[in-house]
This record gives sequence, C-alpha cells and structure tokens, in this order.
Amino acid sequence: MTPEREQKMATEEGGGLNIHPMDQFIVKIPSWLGGGNVGTFSITNVTVWMGLAVVAIILLMIVGPHGRATVPTRAQSIAEVIYSFIYKMVEDIAGKEGLKYLPYIFTLFIFIVTSNILGLIPGSFTTTSHIAVTAVMAMSVFIAVTVVGFVKNGARFLNLFWISSAPPALRPVLALIEIISYFVRPVSHSIRLAGNMMAGHAVIKVFAGFAVVTLIAPASVLAITAIYALEMLVVVIQAYVFTILTCVYLNDALHPHH
Amino acid sequence: MAIEGDLVQMGAYVGAGLACTGMGGAAVGVGHVVGNYLSGALRNPSAAGGQTATMFIGIAFSEALGIFSFLVALLLMFAV
Repeated sequence: MTPEREQKMATEEGGGLNIHPMDQFIVKIPSWLGGGNVGTFSITNVTVWMGLAVVAIILLMIVGPHGRATVPTRAQSIAEVIYSFIYKMVEDIAGKEGLKYLPYIFTLFIFIVTSNILGLIPGSFTTTSHIAVTAVMAMSVFIAVTVVGFVKNGARFLNLFWISSAPPALRPVLALIEIISYFVRPVSHSIRLAGNMMAGHAVIKVFAGFAVVTLIAPASVLAITAIYALEMLVVVIQAYVFTILTCVYLNDALHPHH
Repeated sequence: MAIEGDLVQMGAYVGAGLACTGMGGAAVGVGHVVGNYLSGALRNPSAAGGQTATMFIGIAFSEALGIFSFLVALLLMFAV
C-alpha cells in the first residue's frame, strides 16, 4: 500500500466506526516492552503470543501428564485424547510408515490449535492470522514431503505426476496439471489457515464496531456471541484440516503410485 | 494526473470486490460435498464414521479455489 493511501485510511476514521477492523493484526512492540519501531530481531506481539502458546502446550502436554497415572487426571486425559486422535489420523491416512513422522505432525497440530484458541481471547493477538507465520509451516511441510518422497522412492516419486491409468495421449496434459497443483500446495495450505483466522476475527471486529450505534447494539452483541461460538468451531477445524492435509501430502510421498 | 490515480485505485477496489464473487463458488462446492456426505451417511450410518476424514479433505480442496479468489482480492487491495 502506498503511504498516501495509508495516510488516507488513518484520517478517514471519523464517523461511527472508530476502530479499524484490521487494526488488530498490526505487528508492533507492546508498550510494556518499550514500544518503538519493529526491527529484524525485536520482540513483538507475535513473539509474545507464540511464546505464550508454547508455554500453554508445555503446561498441557508435559506438566499435565507428568505423573503418568493409570487413572488419568483431567489434564492427562485431555493430553491422551489429543495424542490418540492425531495418532489414529496419521495411521489412517498415511499408513503405518507415516507413524515415523508423528512427532512433527503432532507438533504442527498442537501449535496451530493452541495459537488459534489463544487468539480468540479478546484483546489478544492471533499469530496464525499472518501469512508469514503459516507460510513457514506450509513451506516446511512442502519441502519435508518432497525430500521424503525422493529419499524413499528415488526417481519413482515422479510417478506421482505421470498417471499411468490415463489414456496415453492425455498423460502429458495431466502431468502438467499435476505439477501445477503440486507447486500450488504450499500456497493454498498456508492461505487457508491465515485467511480463515483473519476473516473470522475481522468479522467479529466489524460487528463490535456496530455495537456503538444504540439502535442496533442488542442485535450486534447477539451476533458477536453467535460468531464467537462459530469461530471456536472454526479454529479447531482449521487446525484439523491443516494437519489432515499434511498427512495426505505425506501419504503421496510415501506411496506415489497413482 | 490526480484523476488517473483515482481511476487506478477505483479499478483495484472494484476488482477486489468482483474477485470476492469467487468465494460464492467455493461455498457451493463445500455445500455440495457436505450435502452429499450427509445423504450418504444417513443411508448407511455405519460407514459414515470412516469417511469423515475424506469429507474434510474434499472440503479443503474445494475451499482452496475460494482461497485463490481471496488471494486475488488481497493482491488488488494491497499489492497493486
């Protein structure tokens, strides 16, 4: 965006809505850390909320099941349910060979779901709403899956693009389509998560802006409540979808025959 | 010159709005996937549980095309 347009957007906030719905996604240094401009190694609100997500995961997955009781405590049973859910998903989709990569897939799932849920706390920051954050995760999945595919299968990994069950004349065309769809994977993989998080939070903020108008304030508050409930569902489903797609890509790398 | 700049900006905003119509297509696609899953699941409830993951993969793939229209809208708003 050009500086003039930014200037214009900043000065045009006169009527009704005086919080911009996209303001919540601005990366900045929190005031209790000194404020100022964001540099390469500054500790920003993204860093803070990612750190909080890691602390929450440690509390749930390490401190919670620490005793390893036969009859689990509440925290231990939550950890066990999440673990067995991901274990079964990897086994069902990527097969027995895929279980070797369970730690990575489980880390992805637990980090995304924790960041998403922390982002729903009013006034917090949603780290996964930034394409920079999700793109790193999607690109590492893409690179890891490609490397695994070539290491496990060698040149036979290219069978993924050459569909031998199709009529011979169609195969080059299909190969082109398959190659394009293969390289588009990290794009759709990352923007799906970031887009869903950003859109959901922006919608809540837009309805919060309507709440200052007395006439529609009750309807607006009801709408915020309903959308918040929907968002609770969406954040878990999006983490699930990200993980399940990772399993699908891993399955393609482990078993590349079409 | 000022008019020219405004026209370009207007074109970018109108284009971003038009790009959002693509999301309607994704909505139809996702609804189709889930509707067909439900109609199959109600006919044979015992087989439904095993196909939930497949349904989510189908949703994710049809949703991807809606995401591309969102991406085009974002590019028009912030990058052009």
